[in-house]
Amino acid sequence: MAVYEPWNEDRAADIIAAKAGMEGATLPILHSLQHVFGCVPTEAVPMVAKALNLSRAEVHGIVTFYHEFRRTPPGHHVLRVCRAEACQSLGADQVAAAIRARLGVDWHETTGDGAVTLEPVFCLGLCAVAPAALLDDTPFGKLTCDKLVAALEMTP
Amino acid sequence: MTRVFVSRDAASLALGADAVAAALAPHATVVRTGSRGMFWLEPMVEVETPAGRIAYGPVSPRDVPAILAGTAPSLGPVDDIGFMKRQTRVTFARCGVVDPLSLADYEAHGGLAGLRTAREIGAAETIDTILRSGLRGRGGAGFPTSIKWQTVADTEGERKYIVCNADEGDSGTFADRMLMEGDPFSLIEGMAIAGFCVGATKGYVYTRSEYPHAIKTFDAALAVARHAGLLGETFDIEQRVGAGAYVCGEETALLESLEGRRGQVRAKPPLPAHKGLFGRPTVVNNVITLATVPAILTGGADAYQALGMGRSRGTMPVQLAGNVKHGGLFEAGFGLTLGELVNDIGGGTLSGRPVRAVQVGGPLGAYFPPAMFDTPFDYEAFAKRDGLIGHGGIVVFDDTVDLAKQARFAMEFCAAESCGKCTPCRIGSTRGMETVDKIIAGVSVDANTELLRDLCHTLKFGSLCALGGFIPYPVLSALDHFPEDFGKPAALAAE
Repeated sequence: MAVYEPWNEDRAADIIAAKAGMEGATLPILHSLQHVFGCVPTEAVPMVAKALNLSRAEVHGIVTFYHEFRRTPPGHHVLRVCRAEACQSLGADQVAAAIRARLGVDWHETTGDGAVTLEPVFCLGLCAVAPAALLDDTPFGKLTCDKLVAALEMTP
Repeated sequence: MTRVFVSRDAASLALGADAVAAALAPHATVVRTGSRGMFWLEPMVEVETPAGRIAYGPVSPRDVPAILAGTAPSLGPVDDIGFMKRQTRVTFARCGVVDPLSLADYEAHGGLAGLRTAREIGAAETIDTILRSGLRGRGGAGFPTSIKWQTVADTEGERKYIVCNADEGDSGTFADRMLMEGDPFSLIEGMAIAGFCVGATKGYVYTRSEYPHAIKTFDAALAVARHAGLLGETFDIEQRVGAGAYVCGEETALLESLEGRRGQVRAKPPLPAHKGLFGRPTVVNNVITLATVPAILTGGADAYQALGMGRSRGTMPVQLAGNVKHGGLFEAGFGLTLGELVNDIGGGTLSGRPVRAVQVGGPLGAYFPPAMFDTPFDYEAFAKRDGLIGHGGIVVFDDTVDLAKQARFAMEFCAAESCGKCTPCRIGSTRGMETVDKIIAGVSVDANTELLRDLCHTLKFGSLCALGGFIPYPVLSALDHFPEDFGKPAALAAE
């Protein structure tokens, strides 16, 4: 279970300063911010821009270009279900539909109790054990809705 | 205590390898390796015996006592399993055999000999060896590796870079992931050789964020290599993590992303070899390409060149995926036919139903029907039939597949992943999706099919990179080979 820190300007400034000297520092900084805060907070955008001598619009453009960067923190767990062709060939669409129904959420949504955020993903490289999913950093192969629900119940 | 080997490959973990390793741990010395690539047998356990490693699989924790007692039914020596026996493992020779983070294990199995050879014979002779081996880029484009290296070596620059493309986004491919998790030092060695040949001092590996296990293993391997003095002042490597953009697998978009910008494709020229990362001369190669270089220098260019067919020399790690009975990684010389790979080696579908289509080369690859299974696995043979081998992934579908739906998915995927730089891809993909929807709904089918073909033509010839340029392959191949799925008689749908 991921625990994220609430927004803190000093903390963000430290994170940015620690990586601002890297070559092409933008993505490493955004990843670090998201790791700590669960997302790239709007308040951090002008700070990143200033540190890297970019415009706010440029940083906004970068944050929104990449599917992975969030604007708000996710639930306690992030469930990424693969929707790509290899998984489709073994019924991933049906499995995903069952998971959505069981959790009561659509793609990119978080369950009412804040436990799980469901994200689509295009390939986890688990194509020989399809359908596949990643619950936080735990991979699942030969995925069924029941298997996943059991795993969620086992996960604190 | 008996030594046993259990894979720590993400796909093995996805089937419960950790629980099996935990059950074995109190009774045996457990070595965690990469995977042999026989995923229908995972979690697989290999027990060290005087007669070699004996394999068991698929194993559940309940089977552990019987395995240790020697009473469980075994698969025999792992090297004698048909799927292994038929392979020619060059790039993946160590994968599944060694502890991926043991440099001693790596050296004991032939590692670092390639780098030593390169330093002995010098940069020019090393590039010449790669030239004679016939090695072409395994990322998909198939560009001769030696020419790229020679260009960077010949280009003046106060700083040069080696960039490894580990943004393996194609569905049905997992060779890069397996290698980074199972034999990461071969990639490090390959990059060090590349750096030596072209005069680069810094290497970047751009790994996709969807591969948390590969990222962790490779970072650990970098730390080991640095500690051993393999990396350092003369040449160092840093891993960078992507953020879920498929297009960053395109080399210029990858460079933009590494520089900290949106992953938008650059117009070529200038080539990355002349003006690449931060405007410096840069070698951009795929994981498999770089990891194969040490083996070529060790085994010799002639031995590597002797494998394969036509202009496709050496071996290709083919990845069998999707609805296939024996899914996994099969490394062999180019030239096996698609039918041999899918039916003989892959064993047909997992569902037991007839094979109806295979998609080769990821989301930008063509759908081929069994009637085209005589196509040899070779860059030119696939291109001649309006397909591509790409990064070597084959996704198998049974007769429940709806190719009109797959064609729509291709356009939907392109629309979601387009970087937006060029108009055909940015707008054409969305219009393409709408047009396929109309055809599926039966609205002016003939006119809309003609429109879709015309649009595909525009995408193919008007796009800046392979995303827009190749998305017509899955769409047109679905239309050409499976016209019945588009709600009209075959004779009318054929061009």
